[in-house]
Amino acid sequence: MNLRRINALLLRYLLLYRQSWTRVMEIFFWPVMDLLVWGFLTNYLINVGAGSVPAMVTFLIGSMIFWDLLYRAQQGVTISFLEDVWARNLLNIFVAPVTITEFLVATFALGIIKVLVNGLVLALLAWALYAFNIFQLGFTLIPFVLSLMLMGWAMGMATVALIMRWGHAAEALAWGIPFLVQPLSAVFYPVSVLPQWLQPVAWALPCTYVFEGMREVLRSGQVPWEMFWWSLGLNVVYLAASALFFRYLFGVVRVRGLLGKLGAE
Amino acid sequence: MVIEVRDLVKVYDGTTAVDRLSFTAARGEILGLLGPNGAGKTTAIQTLLGIIEPTAGSIRVFGQDIRTHRQSILQRTNFSSAYVSLPQNLCVMDNLRVFAGIYCVDNWREKATGLLRLFEIDRLATRKTGQLSSGESTRLHLCKALLNDPELLLLDEPTASLDPDIADKVRKLLRRIQRERGITILYTSHNMREIEEICDRVIFLHHGRKIAEGPPREVIARFNQQSLEQVFIRIARDGELQEAEKKPAS
Repeated sequence: MNLRRINALLLRYLLLYRQSWTRVMEIFFWPVMDLLVWGFLTNYLINVGAGSVPAMVTFLIGSMIFWDLLYRAQQGVTISFLEDVWARNLLNIFVAPVTITEFLVATFALGIIKVLVNGLVLALLAWALYAFNIFQLGFTLIPFVLSLMLMGWAMGMATVALIMRWGHAAEALAWGIPFLVQPLSAVFYPVSVLPQWLQPVAWALPCTYVFEGMREVLRSGQVPWEMFWWSLGLNVVYLAASALFFRYLFGVVRVRGLLGKLGAE
Repeated sequence: MVIEVRDLVKVYDGTTAVDRLSFTAARGEILGLLGPNGAGKTTAIQTLLGIIEPTAGSIRVFGQDIRTHRQSILQRTNFSSAYVSLPQNLCVMDNLRVFAGIYCVDNWREKATGLLRLFEIDRLATRKTGQLSSGESTRLHLCKALLNDPELLLLDEPTASLDPDIADKVRKLLRRIQRERGITILYTSHNMREIEEICDRVIFLHHGRKIAEGPPREVIARFNQQSLEQVFIRIARDGELQEAEKKPAS
């Protein structure tokens, strides 16, 4: 793995943001809109409930912020790849001495930057607008965010593999796949709300433990470390499976000559 | 030999795109890969670059197998095609900076500036790539392709979108660079006059098979034609070499 090549790939993605205000706006626009909706809904629930709704309903804001971090990590991988597809630059990258690992690590790094920038902006806005302090999660914030990032990368890798294999027809998956897991990962409600038969599926997702863990910290102040370890363990499995899936489909793509078609269409 | 392709076969879903293709390219040679659309030129080039897995056969570049030494081969190779672009919303210099990093080029600014000057587009260094004319854009692609001082250059229709004046300048420049640096160039084009002018040797492909090979003048003479363009048309219409060679000169 060559750090210089990774830096160059990362630079390529970062320069895009320097050159395009619409891209910068796109990063912040949707998360801020989501934050406004969920923030006002939270305020409404507290006011209407007039004491009957516990104040910890503010977890909705935390859930929204955490969900956005997961989404940004996944987008860091998928949108970077798509930027090269859209720019018809993919062949230039893949006929250079860039390894798949270097390419993916560069997109992971972009994901980290997006997560940090987004997380900070949303945290500050949530505090300023709704007096919701995400930092009340204390040090648990770091392992929780790390866990969400790992799952975002795993989803991103699998999504890129699918787009490489099925081309432009599969592009919508870049935005769709995270929302496929959202209803099951107990983002805005506990797993217990789900039908009994669906709960094992929810517990098979690493992010479910993060959202449940976050609610636990806000409710009791206790850090459910076992939730984090479960999440981390599942993430290792998901990342490994996603890497194998990527490797397999990349092999199929090379046999079928699909990279050239995707890169020049 | 810089390139040694032996019995290369590529089959897609039962269709043979490249059929037992063998050829070599020596250091400092410009080899034209010609043929009608669907002849297998692009498949052959992409297999050489390691982004297509061959069904059978072997490819050695710089004496190394592309399957096992892809990265080290690509470090000494570069590619430019009329069908790929550089990111349109990056400025010219930023694009070269990124690719200099990807190819681990030292003194990138000096090198990039020198290449821009060589191709007479140094005044465009700060302009967005998307704002370049197709001629300027092609010349930028060639700058990118020469950034790492490649020993092997694969050019897929590099002058496809250029006006005759710029195309002529680019060909002369490529010839000069190739002579000075001893680069091996694999060149595809549908412009047969250009091929006659620039290539030392040509290979004609039809339905994935090599049906003629040699210096342009020899190939023209072998087919009893006046120009490479007439050879191209005859091959494209008649197909197999055996049939074409059997026909008497008109």
